[in-house]
Amino acid sequence: MAINCTVNKKKVSLDIDPNTPLLWALRDHLSLLGTKYGCGIAQCGACTVWVNGEPTRSCVLPISAVSNAQITTIEGLDPVGKHPVQVAWDELDVPQCGYCQAGQIMTAAGLLKKNPHPSDQEIVDGMSGNICRCGTYHRIQEAVKLASKKIKK
Amino acid sequence: MKTSRRDFIQKTALFTGVFTLGFDWFSADASEMEVVASAGRFNAFLSIDSLGKITLFSPNPEIGQGIKTAFPVVVAEELDVDWAQVQVEQANLDTKLFERQLTGGSGALKHSWERLRKAGATVRKMMMQAAADQWKVDVNSCKTSKGVVLGPSGQKATYGSLAEAASKLPIPTEVSFKDRKDYKIIGTRVKGVDNKNVVTGKPLFGIDIRKPGMVFAQIIRPPFGATLKSFSAEDVKKMPGILDVVSFKNKVAIVGSSTYEILQARASLTCDYGSDSPLESNSTHAKWFDEGMKSDKAQVMRKDGDFAAALAKAVKVVEATYECPFISHSPMEPMNFFADVKKDSALLAGPTQVPQPAQKAVSDLLKIPIDKVQVEISKMGGGFGRRLNNDFVLEAAELSSIIQKPVLVMWTREDDMSGGTYRPAARYHFKAGLDANGEITAFYLRGVGLNAGNSTRQDNFPVGAIENVLIESFDQKSAVTTGPWRAPITNFLGFAEQAFLDEVAEAGGKDPVQMRLQLLAKVISNPVGKITYEPARFEEVIKQVAEKAQWKKKPGVHQGFSVYYSHLSYVAQIAEVKVENGKPKVTKVTAVTDCGEVINLSGAENQVKGAIIDGMGHALYAKLNFQAGVASPQNFNAYRMIRGNEVPVIDAHFVNNGIAPTGLGEPALPPTGGSIANAIYAATKKRHYKQPFN
Repeated sequence: MAINCTVNKKKVSLDIDPNTPLLWALRDHLSLLGTKYGCGIAQCGACTVWVNGEPTRSCVLPISAVSNAQITTIEGLDPVGKHPVQVAWDELDVPQCGYCQAGQIMTAAGLLKKNPHPSDQEIVDGMSGNICRCGTYHRIQEAVKLASKKIKK
Repeated sequence: MKTSRRDFIQKTALFTGVFTLGFDWFSADASEMEVVASAGRFNAFLSIDSLGKITLFSPNPEIGQGIKTAFPVVVAEELDVDWAQVQVEQANLDTKLFERQLTGGSGALKHSWERLRKAGATVRKMMMQAAADQWKVDVNSCKTSKGVVLGPSGQKATYGSLAEAASKLPIPTEVSFKDRKDYKIIGTRVKGVDNKNVVTGKPLFGIDIRKPGMVFAQIIRPPFGATLKSFSAEDVKKMPGILDVVSFKNKVAIVGSSTYEILQARASLTCDYGSDSPLESNSTHAKWFDEGMKSDKAQVMRKDGDFAAALAKAVKVVEATYECPFISHSPMEPMNFFADVKKDSALLAGPTQVPQPAQKAVSDLLKIPIDKVQVEISKMGGGFGRRLNNDFVLEAAELSSIIQKPVLVMWTREDDMSGGTYRPAARYHFKAGLDANGEITAFYLRGVGLNAGNSTRQDNFPVGAIENVLIESFDQKSAVTTGPWRAPITNFLGFAEQAFLDEVAEAGGKDPVQMRLQLLAKVISNPVGKITYEPARFEEVIKQVAEKAQWKKKPGVHQGFSVYYSHLSYVAQIAEVKVENGKPKVTKVTAVTDCGEVINLSGAENQVKGAIIDGMGHALYAKLNFQAGVASPQNFNAYRMIRGNEVPVIDAHFVNNGIAPTGLGEPALPPTGGSIANAIYAATKKRHYKQPFN
């Protein structure tokens, strides 16, 4: 039986193995390639998307668990990149290779949605589930702070 | 001088990329060439069309080192255009246009600095000439600013309006470059040209490649040294979404229409392996290190004076042994590659640091003429040297030729971490003999590497400052595959050497910073043997870092010093450590780098910070174990990567000397393990001899 859910505000129907992780459904079946595979075991955060507004590791979440859910991927955060987190990421020149950044941005935007003005420690703690092999951590933390300021305006 | 369009094209071609005369690709028909000219392609690096669109082509593969931004910055500077005016495009592999289209060795800017400046300055001069001809004024009375030629009586013409006329001019053979005080883009903070696409999740990477008719595949590879005896394919072939299961070169490939279906099939497939000799384990490697240290077959890499005699006379001898394991590169984007092999042509696409060797290797393997092998370069989710080895490209090409379909071969994280081409494991033994004043009179290093080639860097400082030196290397062949890993060899040798010199300084009663400066003074006044580094540049980074980090002037702060020269750049570091709950914690690293002219300050800081974090993470945590030819751990749950909550403050400075730029993707890594280990010693009196420290 097909699984129905909403992805980036569009209704979709997935008629595939219900055990398929959401990550692979997005990438292989919905051609949404912005969400990245990094480890497949919820350790690195590259695959982070929002499920009902909550940052979630899509690599270990079967699509059977997202029936009727609202899913937001990096492509849906703001397609032209005007979300404060995306703007801050560009402004502070965060990306090096860029591969983990979709997951970082979805985590950061999720953090700021819940807590628009986090303390430095809350930013560090909130972002430490995501690995960046290039080591862009300083700028990630600064960019979350900058995005938080932009939200204030 | 009037030149025909065809002449121009010839000159353009001669000018493009390599700036050497002699190659000929004019056998192509004229209409093809017309297309090139009418598109406003002035040379390999830039085109300007009559609408004023300026496109800068960046030839080298982008792995996060920022080259796709840095190269065009240099061209734009000498072309004298506004950065906001230009568009940057990744050039695909084109061996006729470009000479060195690769990412490795931190060598791109060193190689191309002059070429890039010429590419911009030449076209700028042609624009000025075109305007001068139009206005009937002396070209020397014209100037440029932001893509506009300015005449002596207030005339103005945009490059776009001059593009066609300029394209018909002869190509100037001599051009002058800007004075660096007039730089408007070089040295500023320039944001990555791909940022907007990255933050909106555009499909930029190899793993995102999708082509018509494409299938997916994963490949099961044997343990190191093992051969495939048999595998169970029949049931697996019937599983949903599975298109084929094929075997080649001891590997089994599962071809399917989606990743998850392939993963399911993989879980049901079993392979039987055999081997002619025992498969390697940790204990094998430990035994090899012991043997290599005792072997009389080590190669002498450098010999100055008489080490043995000098050591015999030494008042004090310091000795230490350092060891590092094999480690994986673990870029965030695991290996993958796309190949579409037809009977007499091949399209390759994806993340390789070396597209030209990929083209050649596939041509050789599949007997396809090299000019029929096309390579598209994708952005890479990190490389760290792993993508210098094209094993994954060849696999994809071979599989595509077998199944006769376009295929994207995907490596899982486990495949990536267990699939080899690691940083080689190495053991180093150092000895130093000191005289009564604590001066080093004798210096010895033996490196034993497992598939490391020469595991020493025999000409590196402090060699050159010491009268009696013996450097030996012993390489032990292993079935475990190895390759370059960010700052090859020096990523660990740098730590070992800098940690050892810290011990030597202590034994000789010297301050570690002062000891380096005294040694360098000796290199300047009385060098011993061949010198491959510039001692004055070494001194400068040392002095600056000591000043900026307030070396030994911060009461209660435990500091460790190191300095290293690699890839033609100099980096000095001072790390600070505090003890928290009985454990040392790195709180700050100050780094002073001399990489000559800094092209993009934002990118340069990223490279230094990233390399320090990389060096720190790997020094503290990274290790692969071997059991019967299989590496573990195989994923991030057990292979600890450094995270955002454990990075120190990093204070990155650059020497402002305007020397031609040198490497920056790697040089800040080698000194990191040493500065941290030396700071840990200052805080705890415990020395580390093995990586990882934890």
